[in-house]
Amino acid sequence: MRSPVGLRALRHADVFLVVTVCAAVAVAIPLLNVELPETSALRPSDFLVTLVGKLTCYAIVAVAMDLVWGYAGILSLCHGLFFALGGYAMGMYLMRSIGTEGMYRSALPDFMVFLDWKELPWYWHGFEHFTFAIAMALLAPAAVAYVFGFFAFRSRIGGVYFSIITQALTFAAMLLFFRNNTGFGGNNGLTDFKRILGYSLREPSTRAVLCAASGAGLAVSYGLCRAITSSRAGRVLRAMRDAELKVRFCGYDPIAYKLFAWTLSAMLCGLAGALYVPQVGIINPSEMQPSSSVEIAIWVAVGGRGTLAGAILGALVVNGAKSWLTVAFPTAWLYFLGTLFVTVTLLVPGGLLQALGSIGNLRHLKARFIRSAESKGTAETAQPTDAAHPEPP
Amino acid sequence: MTALLRVEKVTVSFDGFRALDDLTLSLEAGELRCIVGPNGAGKTTLMDVITGKTRPDAGTVHFADVDVTRMSEHEIVALGIGRKFQRPTVFPGHTVFENLELTTAGRKGVFRTLFARLSADERQAIEKMLELTGLGEQRKRLAGLLSHGQKQWLEIGMLLLEQPKLLLVDEPVAGMTQQEIERTEEILASLVGRHTVVVVEHDMDFVRSIAQTVTVLHEGRVLAEGPMSEVQRDPKVVEVYLGA
Repeated sequence: MRSPVGLRALRHADVFLVVTVCAAVAVAIPLLNVELPETSALRPSDFLVTLVGKLTCYAIVAVAMDLVWGYAGILSLCHGLFFALGGYAMGMYLMRSIGTEGMYRSALPDFMVFLDWKELPWYWHGFEHFTFAIAMALLAPAAVAYVFGFFAFRSRIGGVYFSIITQALTFAAMLLFFRNNTGFGGNNGLTDFKRILGYSLREPSTRAVLCAASGAGLAVSYGLCRAITSSRAGRVLRAMRDAELKVRFCGYDPIAYKLFAWTLSAMLCGLAGALYVPQVGIINPSEMQPSSSVEIAIWVAVGGRGTLAGAILGALVVNGAKSWLTVAFPTAWLYFLGTLFVTVTLLVPGGLLQALGSIGNLRHLKARFIRSAESKGTAETAQPTDAAHPEPP
Repeated sequence: MTALLRVEKVTVSFDGFRALDDLTLSLEAGELRCIVGPNGAGKTTLMDVITGKTRPDAGTVHFADVDVTRMSEHEIVALGIGRKFQRPTVFPGHTVFENLELTTAGRKGVFRTLFARLSADERQAIEKMLELTGLGEQRKRLAGLLSHGQKQWLEIGMLLLEQPKLLLVDEPVAGMTQQEIERTEEILASLVGRHTVVVVEHDMDFVRSIAQTVTVLHEGRVLAEGPMSEVQRDPKVVEVYLGA
């Protein structure tokens, strides 16, 4: 029962945090990058724009993860798969829009020429259209999630058993995508993209727009998930997490609720993947590694489960640290991640957001005590508090 | 057949142990029935079978002439069977009001609840239930912070909001103080006539004070059935309860 106290102080601060992040990513950073002259010290660099765009895609995945884990109590360890499927759908569009500018000057993607394929496999048709690719980026993860979830939830598989099966699922998918014959470029994946909707991917302005699109994607995902979690359906999801049996005896069908949250969450991951791939320029099966999906769970745990804003915070902080540390101290990164995870889980189970909330709360408490002490004119009441919190920030 | 609930020749075994052994039982609408029996007599298993939590190996359960033997829990709830568990089961992370909100009668599908708003009638029904259970002042507290007795009443209130035709109550007064037991008696007594209620209970004083008809279970079978005064004199019942 610790988290509500810390979080109450943040009732609106969390929304404020998310709105600020979304506004910065969707508007401020891309706009400053494009409008300010290159010499300006205030201008975010092209590198920063792409980095922020990438981190924002991770934040979308974290929001999706929090919906199923934090609210519905389903720990998924295959969200990396849904992310990768969205990425592959977008990658296929980008491959098709290379046209004949590839290494082999063929209308077929390079890897197909390399494999000596004469024509496009049937499942590549349609991906020359942007809207089709976007639709598939959402529908392919949704379909996989729905079918997998339907059987798993119907068999009442839950808890760690479910998590383990999801790990197996993403591992199996990775092996499948590693094969050249599967037709998605094998272990190299899809890369060498040239343009999106006719705009060159090398242009800083294209990248600024992609960054802005990621910010908009995050805003939409957060808004959607927040609307759901604050509806009665959201209260059913949380109730299911705490007492599934009771929910069933209240006349709700947990399978339907789980499938809804699960499938929607997969779609959001697909969206994130589709936004991610044009910015990083490559998608390959390593995104489906079991460890990638575990990392997603860590972001959410570090940021704070069941708050949505915490998930965003966690994704940004952990991945921000990752992109800095893997350059500065390449060997130390995993130790850092492990230490961070253990520390947060042990010391602040509510995550970074709760930690921030407690700071706000302490200030609030201190102010209240000072006021009450002044009104009573007794210094005694204030003393125990100071002793309990020797250094109120 | 006017019976609201018919349990016919039901057998449930767990690893060879027969929790219910060819059990037959029927219940009229409007009745307040107590089911008693020593530990392991199959009382809770019987509840599980009626509510769809356990599928019987043999036999059928009919509720209002519908065969519910193979239905899942939420479908059975939709037909009008509510169940109060032995241990109080409320949603600990939700407020008292939200607990009651989640059980208000109505459509329970995902897309209904996504856009659900409380109607004035529903709000009124919740207010009435807060009053009946004496939890009005606790409405904004998290249910996890309530006392044991308050949780039990909240759960009964949640069940009543579903307006079930049949209410199954599993050991409602276990662990309650004498005052809480009396309050629970009042709540249950106020339901007679409007709801059909089955109470499973160990506490014989409590059973004596509320029961009309008593069914005694022993080793998965019905040992005796009838008014409390008769059942108490039955030599078989005396042997099972007092023989040891």
